[in-house]
Amino acid sequence: MSENVLSGLAEIVEEVAGVAADDVTADKSFVDDLDIDSLSMVEIAVQAEDKFGVKIPDDELANLKTVGDAVNYITSNK
Amino acid sequence: MTSGIEVVITGLGATTPLGGDVTSTWDALLAGKSGVRPMTHDWVEKYDLPVKIASQLVVDPTEVLPRVEARRLDRSEQVAIVASRQAWSDAGHDDDTVDRQRLAVIIGTGIGGAITLLTQDDILEQHGLRKVSPLTVPMLMPNGPAAHVGLELKAQAGVHAPVSACASGAEAIAWAYRMIMSGEADVVVAGGAEACITAIPVAGFSQARTMSTRNDEPEKASRPFDTGRDGFVLGEGAGIMVLERREFAEARGARIYGRLAGIGTSADGYHITAPDPEGVGQSRAIAAALRSGGIDPSDVGHVNCHATSTPVGDVAETVAIRKAIGDHPVLTAPKGALGHLLGAAGAVEAIVTVLSIRDGIVPQTLNLENLDPAVTLDVVAGEPRKIKLEAAVNDSFGFGGHNVALAFTPA
Repeated sequence: MSENVLSGLAEIVEEVAGVAADDVTADKSFVDDLDIDSLSMVEIAVQAEDKFGVKIPDDELANLKTVGDAVNYITSNK
Repeated sequence: MTSGIEVVITGLGATTPLGGDVTSTWDALLAGKSGVRPMTHDWVEKYDLPVKIASQLVVDPTEVLPRVEARRLDRSEQVAIVASRQAWSDAGHDDDTVDRQRLAVIIGTGIGGAITLLTQDDILEQHGLRKVSPLTVPMLMPNGPAAHVGLELKAQAGVHAPVSACASGAEAIAWAYRMIMSGEADVVVAGGAEACITAIPVAGFSQARTMSTRNDEPEKASRPFDTGRDGFVLGEGAGIMVLERREFAEARGARIYGRLAGIGTSADGYHITAPDPEGVGQSRAIAAALRSGGIDPSDVGHVNCHATSTPVGDVAETVAIRKAIGDHPVLTAPKGALGHLLGAAGAVEAIVTVLSIRDGIVPQTLNLENLDPAVTLDVVAGEPRKIKLEAAVNDSFGFGGHNVALAFTPA
């Protein structure tokens, strides 16, 4: 797993949802653990697209349940 | 009233151009301070707007709210949250003091999330769809302030958002009265919120020729009832009251500021923006408030006026007051100091009226130096006046011909 992608994603999650970056770890579920709603997930996805130069279509976004899912998706689609 | 139900006020909250809370606002009003300042926004010069002044918040809501919470809220929602938290805490409520199915929230706004609408439109134009915030709609919707406060308090008896331009805040309080009197709620958090100091509202009001252009003397620009008045000054802020059924409030040992004895509403049916110069509709609202409160007009010692500092409106209101109450009430117009908070005005000024009764003091009308000879009533000018009040009325009127009168009495 890319530590750079993880830390970059954690910064975005902190900016958008106010979750401390240190708490954004691979095993955490966006909805169940980090209390992030669907509206914030859209914001996080748009910022992640800009930061990492990837496309995250809506049907892919729906599958990104955990932080680790997102990091893996971003890493393999950069 | 025959129902035996009374509505009392147990909590107050506000953030205004005079102060970040109720106490500082009240103190600044009595001290003769003005909230009007030059607008430093870049769009004032960009569009060469004829109006370069506004009545702006002393404490920015983003200084009070956590960063992430603030970024999810339009400014009109931020001020509603700030004032509601103050009022809820002031009333001594916590998680267990009221069954949430007996708690309602009613917060009006005149314009709603104009800043969000315009900002997001700019983003769409400049950066395309994907940069538009997914929070755009909940931030711009005019029920947003009520909805966010309702969600925070988990209010389930009802969450409502009356929209009646500059009468919205007062209409929310009138609605609260009706919900408590009808038995639908024991406690209602009610008031108004407004924050639309941005290009389009300023341009639109300017084009309607309704605003003061006394740009070189901001603090003297809002001058209700004065011969030199030339329009209102746009303001921003929020005022929130906690209203309760008296028996409910007393049973929990709440401190009671005063009583909302009666309310009256009417519509002019006259013109979309101009008030009826004969004040017929306004006087019907005032008379209805007194009737519903069982108040004899002779007992009304004071009227906290809507008077916005426009040439026609201020005089029409005094005609309505004479018709409904008589020549005896002592008048004041807080917009001289506060400017015009549109959908929040009625709520902030209702708070001022309640404090006038509590403290036995009527604030002066700031900048009233030469009383318009068409006004034949006693308007407080220069300094506050001490006066023991048995009953006082607060007027609010809005574009569209909406009229709301609230009649308050001591605790």
